[in-house]
Amino acid sequence: MRLEKRPQPSRLWTAVTPVLAVLLTMLVGGIMFALLDTPPLEAIRTIFWDPVFGEFAFYYRGQLLVKAGPLILIAIGLSLGFRAGIWNIGAEGQYIMGAICGAAVGLAFYPMEARWMIFPLMVLAGGLGGWAWAMIPAVLKVRFGTNEILVSLMLVYVAEAFLASVSQGLLKNPEGMGFPGSRNLQQYPSAANHELIAGTGMHWGVVAALIAVIFAYVLLARHLQGFNIRLTGEAPRAARFAGVQPARIIVFCLGTAGALAGMAGLFEVAGPAGQITIDFNSGYGFTAIIVAFLGRLHPVGILLAGLLMALTYIGGEAAQSTLGLPGASIQLLQGMLLFFLLATDVFTNYRIRIGQGARA
Amino acid sequence: MNRRTLLAGAVLALGLAGQGMAQDEPVKAGFIFVGPIGDGGWTYEHNQARLAVEEHFGDKVETVFQESVPEGADAERAMTQMALGGADIIFTTSFGYMDPTINVAKKFPDVKFEHATGYKQADNVATYSARFYEGRAIEGLIAGKMTKTNKVGYIGSFPIPEVIRGINSAYIHAKKANPEVEFNVVWAYTWFDPAKEADAAQALIEQGADVIIQHTDSTAPLAAAEKAGDVIGFGQASDMAEYKPSPRVSSIIDNWAPYYIERIQAVMDGTWESGNTWDGIGPGMVEIGEITEAVPAEVKEEALALKESIASGEYHPFTGPLNKQDGSAWLAEGETADDGTLAGMDFYVEGLTGEIPN
Repeated sequence: MRLEKRPQPSRLWTAVTPVLAVLLTMLVGGIMFALLDTPPLEAIRTIFWDPVFGEFAFYYRGQLLVKAGPLILIAIGLSLGFRAGIWNIGAEGQYIMGAICGAAVGLAFYPMEARWMIFPLMVLAGGLGGWAWAMIPAVLKVRFGTNEILVSLMLVYVAEAFLASVSQGLLKNPEGMGFPGSRNLQQYPSAANHELIAGTGMHWGVVAALIAVIFAYVLLARHLQGFNIRLTGEAPRAARFAGVQPARIIVFCLGTAGALAGMAGLFEVAGPAGQITIDFNSGYGFTAIIVAFLGRLHPVGILLAGLLMALTYIGGEAAQSTLGLPGASIQLLQGMLLFFLLATDVFTNYRIRIGQGARA
Repeated sequence: MNRRTLLAGAVLALGLAGQGMAQDEPVKAGFIFVGPIGDGGWTYEHNQARLAVEEHFGDKVETVFQESVPEGADAERAMTQMALGGADIIFTTSFGYMDPTINVAKKFPDVKFEHATGYKQADNVATYSARFYEGRAIEGLIAGKMTKTNKVGYIGSFPIPEVIRGINSAYIHAKKANPEVEFNVVWAYTWFDPAKEADAAQALIEQGADVIIQHTDSTAPLAAAEKAGDVIGFGQASDMAEYKPSPRVSSIIDNWAPYYIERIQAVMDGTWESGNTWDGIGPGMVEIGEITEAVPAEVKEEALALKESIASGEYHPFTGPLNKQDGSAWLAEGETADDGTLAGMDFYVEGLTGEIPN
């Protein structure tokens, strides 16, 4: 038995592998749960079924959107770069900087009430903050040929340190009795990113994520820039001959990813999270990398993958508190998802030949 | 009918169901933990108290918990989940859960909430914390007596009042024991991150510290002290007995069990009321772990005497004369600090070097 490279990636397998990965994750996850003395079927049902169709689905469905919104928004941005072979690993940092810049604008206006102006300005500042942070690896790569993986990743730690600093200094709540953390934006009507329809979980961040999905789809399928991005990733030499300037692609991809991640941060800090705190970021920027790949770097795929990832989070939490599963087992389950996806990906690019085969 | 009334309806239904079956249904207590239950420190002790609750009440109580819950939106969901699942009382065991606790409590007026280390209360939200600074006084005394280099390293987590109180209390009592002593504080900006904590301990040891005091939850600083040799430290939040007799020469143990049992009993009896509890060594919320043979007998005796006088209320760790770091007067001779000042403490006492990060 041996592997033979396909002349072209299989379209069928491209679509099948995510589903296969989910099924394998359920299977192996079930075995793991059984070893932890938890009824495996019940655990799988609690994680994958109950949040959408169970007793308290009216609450969880909204929470799915709350959790999936930022993941999708960030992953869409990342996927553009990934398609062009530009590896922005630092979305977490761009997310943090977006949140800080956006929240800072909102807090600067406190307690003035003018939602028509303040909230849009915050969104703009959030996007700009993320964009500016992503421009650092972009410019360094274009000018000096530095590695954007390292630079963007290291900048996450810089952003975290900056976050710790502003939550204890610049943006600290003056009425917070000396404790770190900003004012709660949820309690400031002009700046709050509340649910648009109560109980649905639908806030502006989710709306932005859906718009981003549509724009990315149109960009990649219909627009010259989208074609250039794909060409750069698939055939860099051909792209250069066709007159595509790598520098422009780098700046565009990193900038878009940064701006979207920054906006995701702003929507989160003004909405579900409410305030800038020392550990405001909870890993969306990193999880979005998994979401981008799970969604095959395709906008619609990312939409579905984001919802699936959110499901494992929400169902996983439910399984922890109702079945007493350890938190680490849920993280293992999420890790398995990416692992099986990458493993089954072999079939997209290779086919299995049994016996001698035709090749001499 | 929109979703919110649906939610309220469900809550009401659960509340009614809870009352109807009060006789035979066990009381359900939920716990939200910030770290993993195996952290060996803060969360570990909260979980030990949860287990003590189960042991104490047997069939009359059912406990549920969720570990490693990030502070913020995720915490709100975890609490809502427990409340929807029928919890009668929910303990949220980290400072960062403050606003989420208040938010969720508003939606579930029949569920009792207990928030650790915070300052916001409501009709169904009580707060509780321990006077860890009392234990720090004893650690400070031992540190002052034991150091040969006169350099004590202090690993702070975040520059919040609780941690600053601990530094001040340890310093005041180290200085009393040894006027030559110097404190070197590093901020780890984490409650639990073994790698960062080990780095911090290592850096302090390299700068000459031979006593390490930690306000972070893992055993990594003790492991670093053991590796360096001739360096001592203290168990934090939990006894950390595996590092006895040295480098761990004593410890501060958080004992939440009596409080949890008392509060759950109050829910059973229908006598639960909101409030703010801040207990120390006296009522047993703060315990001092065994002082090992690595400490000379006379130092141990002195430390135990200090513990006794704090426990009986005869001595307050913040007793004047004390000045602030900038030299301005804080407490006059014999005056003791009031709880309000302590709760919001954002300054060092005179003699400490370095600045509180801002």
